[in-house]
Amino acid sequence: MSTKIHVSATVNGDAVDYLCDPRETLLDVLRDRLNLTGAKEGCGTGDCGACSITLNGRLVCSCLVLGVEAAGQEIATVEGIAAGETLHPLQQKFIDHAALQCGICTPGILVAAKALLEKNPDPSETEVRYWLAGNLCRCTGYDKIIRAVMDAAAEMREAS
Amino acid sequence: MNYHQPTSFAEAAELAASASGVTRVLAGGTDVLVQMRADIVTPDTLIDIKAIDGVRDIRKESDGSWTIGAAVAGAEMSEHDDLSAAWPGVVEAMDLIGSTQVQGRATLVGNLCNASPAADSVPAMVAAGASVSITGPDGNRRAAVVDIPAAPGKITLKPGELITAVHLPPAVPGQGDAYLRFIPRTEMDIAVVGCGVWLRLEGDTVADARVALGAVAPTVLLVQACADALIGSRLDDAALGRLATAASDACSPITDKRGTIAFRTQVAGVMARRAAETAYARAKGDKA
Repeated sequence: MSTKIHVSATVNGDAVDYLCDPRETLLDVLRDRLNLTGAKEGCGTGDCGACSITLNGRLVCSCLVLGVEAAGQEIATVEGIAAGETLHPLQQKFIDHAALQCGICTPGILVAAKALLEKNPDPSETEVRYWLAGNLCRCTGYDKIIRAVMDAAAEMREAS
Repeated sequence: MNYHQPTSFAEAAELAASASGVTRVLAGGTDVLVQMRADIVTPDTLIDIKAIDGVRDIRKESDGSWTIGAAVAGAEMSEHDDLSAAWPGVVEAMDLIGSTQVQGRATLVGNLCNASPAADSVPAMVAAGASVSITGPDGNRRAAVVDIPAAPGKITLKPGELITAVHLPPAVPGQGDAYLRFIPRTEMDIAVVGCGVWLRLEGDTVADARVALGAVAPTVLLVQACADALIGSRLDDAALGRLATAASDACSPITDKRGTIAFRTQVAGVMARRAAETAYARAKGDKA
């Protein structure tokens, strides 16, 4: 058994500390040690995107990051998207367009969409579709999701 | 499993050389973590190289060549305008790997060292004439990318050796490069055939060329007969026909769930033709 390692990181703007086994993924750390269960484990191999987070602002699968690698890094999860009780425009538009289903894939899609809009506030539909190609949902046909993201992008452009 | 985060490649090489059991280097982790999870490989020693100075840097050297650190993610390459302008084929090959999420982590060196015959970035690097810097117990050395893969899942690095960076030669006037692959889906799939082409024009005539094929043999192939088919031509139909034949002739693929031997052999010719046409257009100044 490996010795546990002490890690300090920032999650959604808050300083956090945890002890983890070096084999533990950041996804497991978030869910099991930090009680942030928004990121979901779908495939565990980087294919489905349900565990999407940002690491220093860059979209990654938390199942493909080790907990120890997060030392000193900035992590953002779906739990940090809303400002208190105020939903992020993406979250509101997902509700307006009925773009969410059971909640396994939706958190990852929201995190991924937010990362896209921060990089590109005015994406084309094709750009949105390609950006979200790594977020798999077995239930939806994606059209509502794409419409919600496009609408949120338009609203955010107007507001800025 | 012992996790190490060395701050120099010398220290990393020392760790690798003195470690017993299974050692893995961690940069992007998109292959290492999947193997760990599937219990294919459980490293006794894991060496995370991301704390080493310069390992995330993309640098243009004074001679015009490019140094890409071993932990540079694909997304960082795609966002680098000058690198993308100089070596669009290498950047597009890397950009084809996985999803946006995977692009945030996956690295050229990881793609190379994972030693999949279907690795997308490897034929593009081979066509570009790329080399790598290696640090090990016996000091530093350089090797051509084409010499790194040994067999599926195996590389020619000696115990204790690590790749520290990828080097792309200076982009010369009149050159163009391109990478194309065939996959059944439009995104996030593994190459059935991949082809990287680099060529240099004098006027409208191909003066020099390199063509590399992926997923059609145990390791990436640098096919001289393909280059010979292009050199001296203006990429007319006859030259493209000779290129396609030479590419198909070079194949020794397997049949698997992605494609049969016959299919891969034929598609290799088609991919070579199309990649050559793109490289030629880029050499003529076409930005696409």
